[in-house]
Amino acid sequence: MRHTILALMILLGTALAASAQTLQSILQAHGEEIASPSRNSVGVALGDIVASGLPQTTDFLEQWAEKNVWQRDDGMFFIGAEGEGLLTLTDIDTGAQSADASAEYYQLKPNGGVRRVIGTALVQFQLLDPDLTRRETAVASIARRPEAAQLAPLMASIDGEVDADLKARKIQLANFLSARFAESPMNRIAAINSLATDTSVEARAVLNQILTKSPGVSDRAPDGNIAAILDPFIDPDRSYAALVAANLAPARQSAADIKEALEANIIGGRIADLPVAQMDDPANRAAAYAALAARGAVPTLVTDEARNAALSAHVFYELYATPNADITTAAATALASVETRVASAQAVDLTLDALSLASIFFLAAIGLAITFGVMGVINMAHGEFIMMGAYTGYVVQLFIPNYTVSIVVALPLAFAVTFAAGVVMERLVIRRLYHRPLETLLATFGISIALQQIAKNIFGTQARPLTSPDWLAGAFVVNDVIRISFIRIAIFAMALIFLALILYILKRTRLGLEVRAVTQNPGMASSMGINPNRINMMTFGLGSGIAGIAGVAIGLYAKVTSEMGSDYIVQSFMTVVVGGVGNVWGTLAGAAMIGFGQKGIEWLNPSNTLAAQTYMILFVILFIQFRPKGIVALKGRAAGD
Amino acid sequence: MERSFIAKNPSVLWFLLGLAGFTIVITILSEASGAALISTSFVKTLGKTLCLCLVAIAMDVVWGYCGILSLGHFAFFGIGGYAIGMWLMYARTEDIVIASLENATLPPTPDEITNAIGTQIFGVVGSSDFPMIWAFSHSLTLQLLAVALVPGLLALVFGWLAFRSRVTGVYLSILTQAMTLALSLYFFQNDTGLRGNNGLSGLQNIPGLEAVSQATLSLWFFWASAFALGVGYVLFAWITAGKLGSVIRAIRDNEARVRFLGYHVESYKLFVFTITAIIAAIAGALYYPQAGIINPAEIAPIASIYLAVWVAIGGRGRLYGAVIGAAVVSLMSSWFTGGKAPDINLGFYVIGWTDWWLVLLGLTFVAVTLFFPKGIGGLFDLLQPRKGDAP
Repeated sequence: MRHTILALMILLGTALAASAQTLQSILQAHGEEIASPSRNSVGVALGDIVASGLPQTTDFLEQWAEKNVWQRDDGMFFIGAEGEGLLTLTDIDTGAQSADASAEYYQLKPNGGVRRVIGTALVQFQLLDPDLTRRETAVASIARRPEAAQLAPLMASIDGEVDADLKARKIQLANFLSARFAESPMNRIAAINSLATDTSVEARAVLNQILTKSPGVSDRAPDGNIAAILDPFIDPDRSYAALVAANLAPARQSAADIKEALEANIIGGRIADLPVAQMDDPANRAAAYAALAARGAVPTLVTDEARNAALSAHVFYELYATPNADITTAAATALASVETRVASAQAVDLTLDALSLASIFFLAAIGLAITFGVMGVINMAHGEFIMMGAYTGYVVQLFIPNYTVSIVVALPLAFAVTFAAGVVMERLVIRRLYHRPLETLLATFGISIALQQIAKNIFGTQARPLTSPDWLAGAFVVNDVIRISFIRIAIFAMALIFLALILYILKRTRLGLEVRAVTQNPGMASSMGINPNRINMMTFGLGSGIAGIAGVAIGLYAKVTSEMGSDYIVQSFMTVVVGGVGNVWGTLAGAAMIGFGQKGIEWLNPSNTLAAQTYMILFVILFIQFRPKGIVALKGRAAGD
Repeated sequence: MERSFIAKNPSVLWFLLGLAGFTIVITILSEASGAALISTSFVKTLGKTLCLCLVAIAMDVVWGYCGILSLGHFAFFGIGGYAIGMWLMYARTEDIVIASLENATLPPTPDEITNAIGTQIFGVVGSSDFPMIWAFSHSLTLQLLAVALVPGLLALVFGWLAFRSRVTGVYLSILTQAMTLALSLYFFQNDTGLRGNNGLSGLQNIPGLEAVSQATLSLWFFWASAFALGVGYVLFAWITAGKLGSVIRAIRDNEARVRFLGYHVESYKLFVFTITAIIAAIAGALYYPQAGIINPAEIAPIASIYLAVWVAIGGRGRLYGAVIGAAVVSLMSSWFTGGKAPDINLGFYVIGWTDWWLVLLGLTFVAVTLFFPKGIGGLFDLLQPRKGDAP
């Protein structure tokens, strides 16, 4: 390997000056070596091939590594492609093609080790290739499997690089390689220090590679670059297992071993003179084993005291694979600084996550903030309106294949469908039940059950996809830690738009004025010429329509099922109640609190989102005990009671 | 005292007579008696229905009489089932493990037995250690105490917090629903030690009674359920009659006025909430050994909503109404969804009841709420046009 590289280095400079030989002639000179190469000996042949500097070299090496080179009976090499019993042959130097069906060709199949050596040689060659794609492939291949040998050619190729992006990437990669492989410790430390500000996964991998350590145990002070001396008593059993593995202590008997040993020594229904029937008592088992050990029939039991003595007599340590302590210290410092940066980036990422969860809760709850918060009507079928909106989006996509257009159509259509459903429900059911809130709750439960089952009957039980357009598919990537999908940004933007829209309608329009008037005092409003029935109907329709639009947004982000409404209904009500009924800002505060709270708990216990939900609900229940009116409590007359 | 109570509430006597008559008829017709006119599974269904009637009257007392629309009483029912299920599962697995270790070369130590039971029970969630909450599962007495104490304490703490903060009406309903959701999510987790969404199974096999056939066992549970329903009915009738009952109904009708009259409203509500939670849990503890399996889906918020639906359809504020509602709706549900109801062919579309029953139920419920707030029980008022015990 090293051989190859040295030869290569020396010859690279003279490559241009090479005589006008053909590649075939070089190959013939090393005929046997090429036909059946081995990893250690292929270097010489490769060196000559590369040194020729012929333009067809890259092609040949690629084809060779991909097992596409064939040898004829007379020893000549060709690039061949097999197809329907016919071999299409390409002359290595001229590129002339011919076809041959005869069986006198033999395929070269270099093994994995050889292919890797070819690959390394090839990469160095490709780094200088005039074709940009080839250079990029070469750089990517180095990044995938970095090796010490690639450092020099990579460095050499930087100056000549014309593509700015690739040049930056080459410099970065060269930096990673020097951190790991540079000859002089000074260069390595310099490269390592420059990584201290790089939060990319690659840079962290490089630092971790340098800091690779292996545990060890010894009976005297260890030599080498020690990472840490460990306290064996933190996990004594594991430390003792390491001692046993290093042949420094006798193996410990597990309960199963003891049982096996006892079973193997039953003689005439007794073990060491104790009857087998008494062996259900652990004390008797211990006594029997001790007796057996005294007779030498089984190894002596390693007691806890013996284990602790053995642990005390040995040093447990971790040894860096890199022998130079300066380098590992520099790497550890750099890694610590990177990790601080990563942690702060993660905090930003978590905040973004929480923000997008909060906007989903807000979207789901905002319709409810109108029907429940402003009108005081409790609508348990609100979740089913979300579901109706989502299914509207799904049905629209069945008819309009273009996803962008279908979403543009689906949003107003979902509003229209759920607005109509809301108006119908208000006229038929809710109007009869004003002033009987518990009854409203029950009746809307009934509607919720019926709507859910109808959706199940129509669309089936399996989840239906609501596909987002391509321009929403990707993610906004800041660095390797912070990334947020466009769909979440869209949902966030949508939540903001709805907040503004609803505030505008309630505070700035005639409808909003009338809604507030009817809510505060229907009798007085009606005597001022406002029709409370019409206003209630419109308000309820508006709240339901917004639920429909939220349904499309949520459907893009999650799956559309007939039960999706019930996933959101309890959360939505809690959002409204926690925020403070009767106030859109309150709903925003509630959504923010639940979103951030849930993500916060999830961060403490990342494996378990269910637990985060559970504890968040418990927190909300407690919160309502101490602030029954919510975060933004209405005061004075507006509070209603 | 007892005579005058019965004399004042003739419906209690009629109910007990009806229940006794029903029990005797079913016993005679059952497989265990030899007549075998009713299958064992149907006896089980009837026994389970009686348990549902018991939880329904508890719901009726807390909602119909006291005005607290609790959406958490089916969660208490489920907790009762889990509490008894833990003992059933532990004891039965212990029997199986001991039997399987009978022929081992060495007699097993207590530790080995416990480990083997743990592996058997928790293998499905990738664990073999006993979680803390199984600490008492070896003892029937302690688990029976847990049936009453765990939901009782939960209701007490939750109710104390909620009533103290004067959370009422729909807010309280939402809060109880949140509690139910939190509980079911908690039970769903694998690492809380209740076998996650697998739940507890094999509960129909009662340890120590392997020799008794399922036919006989189903009848025993049927009797126990009928007895519990009878006792529960008398207890609730007694609570809702008399002065205590008047205060409770007054709280439903105007809480502020009762408070101004000097009653400590919170204590009354807490008493009703807790005692009904305990009765609901006892009903659950009788129900799940007949059902054979319990999992967290059973205590999802929707189950508590159905409980409210039964009571509303049966008629709130009268105990027999709740019984009728629970029995009629749950039996009809199993009839319709069991695929036994004939489908209706409209020519262009066939209405399959397994698919459309819930739609019918939901719409019926809306209609009942809108037009017949007294439910089925209201029909009795028509038969007997005089002032009954219903409000």
